[in-house]
Amino acid sequence: MKGCEIVIDALLKEKVEVIFGYPGGAIMDVFDALYESPIQFFLTRHEQAAAHAADGYARATGKVGVCIATSGPGATNLVTGIATAYMDSVPIVALTGQVPTPMIGNDAFQEADIVGITRPITKHNYLVNNVDDLPRILKEAFLIASTGRPGPVLIDLPKDVQKAESGVAYPTKVELRGYKPTYEGHPQQIKKAAQEIAKSKKPVIYAGGGVIGSEAAGELKEFATKTGIPVTTTLLGLGAFPETHELSLGMLGMHGTVYANYAIAESDLLIGIGARFDDRITGKLSAFAPNARIIHIDIDPSSLHKNVKVDVPIVGDVRCVLKELNKIVKRCDTGAWLKTIAVWKKKHPLVYERKDGKLRPQFVIEALREITGGDAIVVTDVGQHQMWAAQYCKVVKPRSFLSSGGLGTMGYGFPAALGAQAGFPKKLVVVISGDGSFQMNIQELTTAVNCNLPVKVLILNNRYLGMVRQWQELFYKGRYAATCLARNISCPKICDGKAKKCPPYVPDFVRVAEAYGAVGFRVMKEKDVRPTLKAAIKTPKPVVMDFVVEQEENVFPMVPAGATVQEMIKGVELV
Amino acid sequence: MRNAYRLLLIGGNSTMKHTISVLVENKFGVLARIAGLFSGRGYNIDSLSVAETTDPTVSRMTIVVRGDESIIEQITKQLNKLVDVIKVQDYAGMPFLERELILVKVHTSAQTRPEIMQIADIFRGKIIDVDHSSLTIELTGTSDKIEALLDLLKPFGIRELVRTGKIAIARK
Repeated sequence: MKGCEIVIDALLKEKVEVIFGYPGGAIMDVFDALYESPIQFFLTRHEQAAAHAADGYARATGKVGVCIATSGPGATNLVTGIATAYMDSVPIVALTGQVPTPMIGNDAFQEADIVGITRPITKHNYLVNNVDDLPRILKEAFLIASTGRPGPVLIDLPKDVQKAESGVAYPTKVELRGYKPTYEGHPQQIKKAAQEIAKSKKPVIYAGGGVIGSEAAGELKEFATKTGIPVTTTLLGLGAFPETHELSLGMLGMHGTVYANYAIAESDLLIGIGARFDDRITGKLSAFAPNARIIHIDIDPSSLHKNVKVDVPIVGDVRCVLKELNKIVKRCDTGAWLKTIAVWKKKHPLVYERKDGKLRPQFVIEALREITGGDAIVVTDVGQHQMWAAQYCKVVKPRSFLSSGGLGTMGYGFPAALGAQAGFPKKLVVVISGDGSFQMNIQELTTAVNCNLPVKVLILNNRYLGMVRQWQELFYKGRYAATCLARNISCPKICDGKAKKCPPYVPDFVRVAEAYGAVGFRVMKEKDVRPTLKAAIKTPKPVVMDFVVEQEENVFPMVPAGATVQEMIKGVELV
Repeated sequence: MRNAYRLLLIGGNSTMKHTISVLVENKFGVLARIAGLFSGRGYNIDSLSVAETTDPTVSRMTIVVRGDESIIEQITKQLNKLVDVIKVQDYAGMPFLERELILVKVHTSAQTRPEIMQIADIFRGKIIDVDHSSLTIELTGTSDKIEALLDLLKPFGIRELVRTGKIAIARK
């Protein structure tokens, strides 16, 4: 077989059903081999979208996502997507073309050292020098991407290697002496954790994306209900525990619920599960969970003790560890603690202004949640809309809320949703985006229309880069530098956003959608929200809904960066 | 690792030199991975030496780094995370032998030459080259011994110094 055929053969053996990508000179041989293969290929309109789509596919299905691009600019365009997957531990395999091996290093046409460029943003990467190594490398790539703490793997394929013949068969098993992830937790540590849990009076479970990655939502639910310990999740952990459950505290951290953050601050035992104590969670480290003993379960040893000191570290797969833990834990004495939390929940629910009749983004999300009943796969972009989605979607199932958490990549949502839809052609896939984020990969409307991926896009259009504007309002004296998206050359240099006459907003998203062959709706009033959402869901085509929402709505609650729970800005209070 | 963590709790943020031995796959790009890990995470390398082991598919890197216990813990964990890294061993807290090799060219005159040769001799250094105005000494030893020699040679004028970086081996 030729190198390019070995690649396609390997993809089939790894049960790859869909690929996202974009062709080019240095990857033509692989595309030639793909031409008649049963693998479904999705042509995106930008390589970055191909990487995000592979990521969205992987997050939604739990399988490895595959993307493919040519050398040089094709490969560098994948970089943001690969970094996004790396930060959120998403298993993808990226295949890139490369100039022929004799030309590497000669600054050849469309040459880039993509293995060098992606070294710090991949779990591992390869430059294939010899076609005989190719079967083993492909096998290793899928193994590394999908096991341990998952992550992206890149394989760089020089054009001559794609053309070269090899008789080496695809291995059924590979052994990597430097790669042996620990799955089973240490029994002694698990026992210690159970003892800590038995002693605690105010325990809290803090669950992250690792619970979803290891398919442990069932085990987590058993653990929480058996012990009676309340659960808060990170952004990536949404769906790991049903938010409709009475033990759910919703999301914690910078824009988490008041009660989740209070519970952490008051807790005497914090059980971190598949989460990494990121700065958006902890705020000021020295004031984070000051009274709590900490149990931390994570498959990545380098996550333990990285940001906080841990009393009972357990290295292992979340699912394996929880299974063992569930065998020995007993119900905790959390009655009084749950009562305290119930009081906080009642006193500080998630609220927003409802009386002035203005169209608010939170209202749109609540309406969507009500209509879909939590059955849709919701994919978000990055910014204010992302946080409102996280607060109001009330996610109940794993893999039904996809968002770029670690890297915070604007432009992620729409292409990732196309990937999710490719994985589940029959499911309802919804994008919650902002007018800034959506424009970062707006060209994918072509992919959506041409590939018949009928995702529904909700643009919560506030004519601002809202999250940055919110920070400018709160921390930069309202100096709205470069955050107004309606601004044009006719505007005064200094504008506080209170001008009487603003230029017309560009682009007209409804007409953009129509130009691409999708369907566009615009919604200005609350009363039109539900009918429009219902109409969109019924439409068997991609739909873009432009919700023209209140401009200066802020995301609350908010714990400012590096601050403590006591400094939390709660926003609107219930009266 | 557990010991390191205890030190962190008791000792606070004392910065110490650590000699870390890393067995890696002998493949191209591995050095770049290790170097990139250190630079990308802001760790400083004091010295680094690499060569093949008796197994030609494995290389050993001896890395000397400085940092408090939590940084050293992260460094060893991050090294272990690399797929091409087979084994990481921090020699701190265990008996080990260390050596460095230097070649040092010292300015000489007819008057100073005998004295410099005598100093080199005391340190069991080898004179490996000589000309009218300089002498080149080869010396192996611990960092302390090498620093002591360099200290004594400094007044004569060191023209050039080449240093290998530390290599180390555990005693057990």
